[in-house]
Amino acid sequence: MSEKIKEIPPDLKERQREGFKLEWRKELRKAIPVKERMKIPLQKMPTRDAEERNKHFQEVNKGLNADQAQAEAKRCLDCANPQCVMGCPVRIDIPAFVKLIEAGKYVESARKLKETNSLPSICGRVCPQETQCEEVCNLKKATGVGVAIGNLERFASDCEREQEEVHIPKIPPSTGRKIAVLGAGPAGLTVAGELAKKGHQVTVFEALHVAGGVLVYGIPEFRLPKAILEAEVDYLRQLGVEFKMNYVVGMTASLDDLKNEGYEAFFVGTGAGLPNFMRVPGENLIGIYSANEYLTRVNLMRAYDFPRYDTPVFLGKRAAVLGGGNVAMDSVRTAKRLGAEFSAIVYRRSRVEMPARVEEVYHAEEEGIEFHFLTTPTRFIGDENNHVKAMECLRMELGEPDSSGRRRPVPIEGSEFIMEVDLVVVAIGNSPNPLIPQSIPELKVGKWGNIEVDWDTMATNMEGVYAGGDIVRGGATVILAMGDARIAAMEMHKYLSTKKK
Amino acid sequence: MTKILRRERLVPNIHLIEVEAPEISRKAQPGQFVMLMPDEKGERIPLTIADWDKEKGTVTSVFMVVGTSTQKLTMLEAGDDIPVYVGPLGKPAEIEKFGTVVCAAGCYGIGAIYPIARALKEAGNKVITVLDLKANYLLYWEERLQAVSDDIFVSSRDGYYDCKDYIPQVLGGVLKGNKVDRVVSIGCTYLMYTCSETTRPLGIKTIVSLNPVMVDGTGMCGACRCTVEGRNKFACVDGPDFDGHSVDWQELFFRRKSYFEDEITSLCYWEKENLLKS
Ligand SMILES: Cc1cc2nc3c(=O)[nH]c(=O)nc-3n(C[C@H](O)[C@H](O)[C@H](O)COP(=O)(O)OP(=O)(O)OC[C@H]3O[C@@H](n4cnc5c(N)ncnc54)[C@H](O)[C@@H]3O)c2cc1C
Ligand code: SF4
Repeated sequence: MSEKIKEIPPDLKERQREGFKLEWRKELRKAIPVKERMKIPLQKMPTRDAEERNKHFQEVNKGLNADQAQAEAKRCLDCANPQCVMGCPVRIDIPAFVKLIEAGKYVESARKLKETNSLPSICGRVCPQETQCEEVCNLKKATGVGVAIGNLERFASDCEREQEEVHIPKIPPSTGRKIAVLGAGPAGLTVAGELAKKGHQVTVFEALHVAGGVLVYGIPEFRLPKAILEAEVDYLRQLGVEFKMNYVVGMTASLDDLKNEGYEAFFVGTGAGLPNFMRVPGENLIGIYSANEYLTRVNLMRAYDFPRYDTPVFLGKRAAVLGGGNVAMDSVRTAKRLGAEFSAIVYRRSRVEMPARVEEVYHAEEEGIEFHFLTTPTRFIGDENNHVKAMECLRMELGEPDSSGRRRPVPIEGSEFIMEVDLVVVAIGNSPNPLIPQSIPELKVGKWGNIEVDWDTMATNMEGVYAGGDIVRGGATVILAMGDARIAAMEMHKYLSTKKK
Repeated sequence: MTKILRRERLVPNIHLIEVEAPEISRKAQPGQFVMLMPDEKGERIPLTIADWDKEKGTVTSVFMVVGTSTQKLTMLEAGDDIPVYVGPLGKPAEIEKFGTVVCAAGCYGIGAIYPIARALKEAGNKVITVLDLKANYLLYWEERLQAVSDDIFVSSRDGYYDCKDYIPQVLGGVLKGNKVDRVVSIGCTYLMYTCSETTRPLGIKTIVSLNPVMVDGTGMCGACRCTVEGRNKFACVDGPDFDGHSVDWQELFFRRKSYFEDEITSLCYWEKENLLKS
């Protein structure tokens, strides 16, 4: 994994110093003293009522209104030494965009965000802010409650889109260089946008029929409305990016075929789409899904609207979701929305080890999701039609820390018990999608099938071929995928500038 | 969008669909499949590639009408577009000079096995084709198959052609009369299962082309997982071809029927919305 940088790089320090010295920022700082700012309470994100929202798929968070956003922005102390920026994997100039909100300049704030983050309206919704920017916020250190940076990021970028202020930058004359981006997830979309803005001719090849990767087939509407993603994809089209959907690179055409068609540089952003299973007896009973399948049926294929849409999905009355990450949280909340009376997380570690975003866990609890910690299934039991009807579980206790630093769960002998379920979703992680590595034997891959890269440039061992996102990291986050993509785009541009046609 | 060039009924309940897909036609190999969606609201379904033409850039499949998606396909005509048509997917069939190979097929498999028989013949094998039909009027492509087979046996329950025996007897007879090195079987799950059971005691390698439920078709969802040799395999990327003697058939039978009730609901809904109105 990429190193976490501890030292502030000199150019960043310089950027921050410049911003801090700006006249309008000085005035804002003067207008309200720090003590006053520290008294402003955290502006709570308005949400739909839990008992109402757990029956449909509309977005849970309604977004801050302008007054709330300004109040929240005022909480930011505009520190001389802002820690939040170092907490953000793509080093967004957080004080700058927040203070633009305080100044009422929402569209400018969104543009500031876009200098470093290509998809702020998405990141504002799905980033694990509490372990990134918000965790290291100086206000949090002082008062215990930091600035709600993610909510502000969402606010500014939603304003820009809703006010139809998204502007198409002037694109330099075409360089005539053809670039192939494999996979239309957040990594691929980011590379495409960055390189199109440099005047290159970019084509995105995507296996599925809708662009967005996990953002479209995995993350549900109640957390990330499809309309937001569609707006981002539209924007890329306006930048001149071409999308070739229903196109599986490695099958429909090989990398060499694309080279022969004149593509000169490649970005592999094919994600970690291969679902892991528990490997316990009975796992192939009917009614047991991988989270990918479950969420794809519901989100991409719209099984929630069956039979108006043709794809069905089992509507369990008693649903168990195995895992403790965002994927598990999305699945368990989806099952609830589809009518499960009992919808529970079954996780082998305890609450503190859950990798899910804190907000999702909180929302899930509000919606009536049950949590069974320190529990793991050992076998699934089927009825006469081979449909799952129960699972045998084992209780666990926490032992010594493992390689991830988390305490390892160890089974308690003789603690078996039966949990009655008729829907099970396995959400214990994904592995890198093997199609591309398999179709390009020269490409260097690691032990887990992840593509190996030079972290400074995101270059693979093959000339002109770059990679980023989950195919490199295994299941990670949207912001890390996007961060990789921005580095790769810069390097690909450099590569093309020095390479002869 | 992918353009349909031809859609016709071959025999009752079995149709052919030929589309314009130049890229797929260039890459297609025997045994591979495509995923398609008949319309924006449709399911993603797999169809085995039954033929292709690199020059014309076309790809052909043969399908049996079972649920809403295939019903919808039968309503489409040349010139219509479908929103999703992606491939070629899956591992190609193993083609080598094995010696004598029996190609055993029924229903949609008669079309699906054609490119495999053709490739096996081209590779220098003696190809014996065995076709199993419920009734004589369900036979199609017999001339095409004849052209790539050294011998062909057709059994239909009415006995109109060579005999009326079920596949174990027909196949058993062929295996007795010839030294067979391999059997390839495509068709309904039961046909592939009985072929495998017929050859199992004789130890003749038998390859089947599994047809579980799929959603994405590229290894992402795991809907198509099957137990083969006691291990979990994804039919879409590890198959669709597997050794018939290692497949957990009971599990496959059940998994294939997973959505039986939903399929009926879906079809009733669609008929009410589309057929009764017009
Ligand atoms: C349910 C769920 C919830 C999540 N929640 C969060 C969250 O709240 N916050 C967060 O930060 N992260 C979350 N994640 C993780 C995050 O979505 C991923 O880290 C991120 O999407 C990775 O982006 P990517 O571009 O690398 O890959 P992906 O988003 O996986 O996109 C890869 C794309 O490539 C396509 N593809 C694959 N193979 C080929 C091929 N051979 N040819 C052409 N196309 C191909 C795929 O179809 C896919 O569209 C979640 C993941 C899931 C599954
Ligand atoms: S992109 Fe994510 S980490 Fe960066 S500032 Fe926004 S919410 Fe924080």
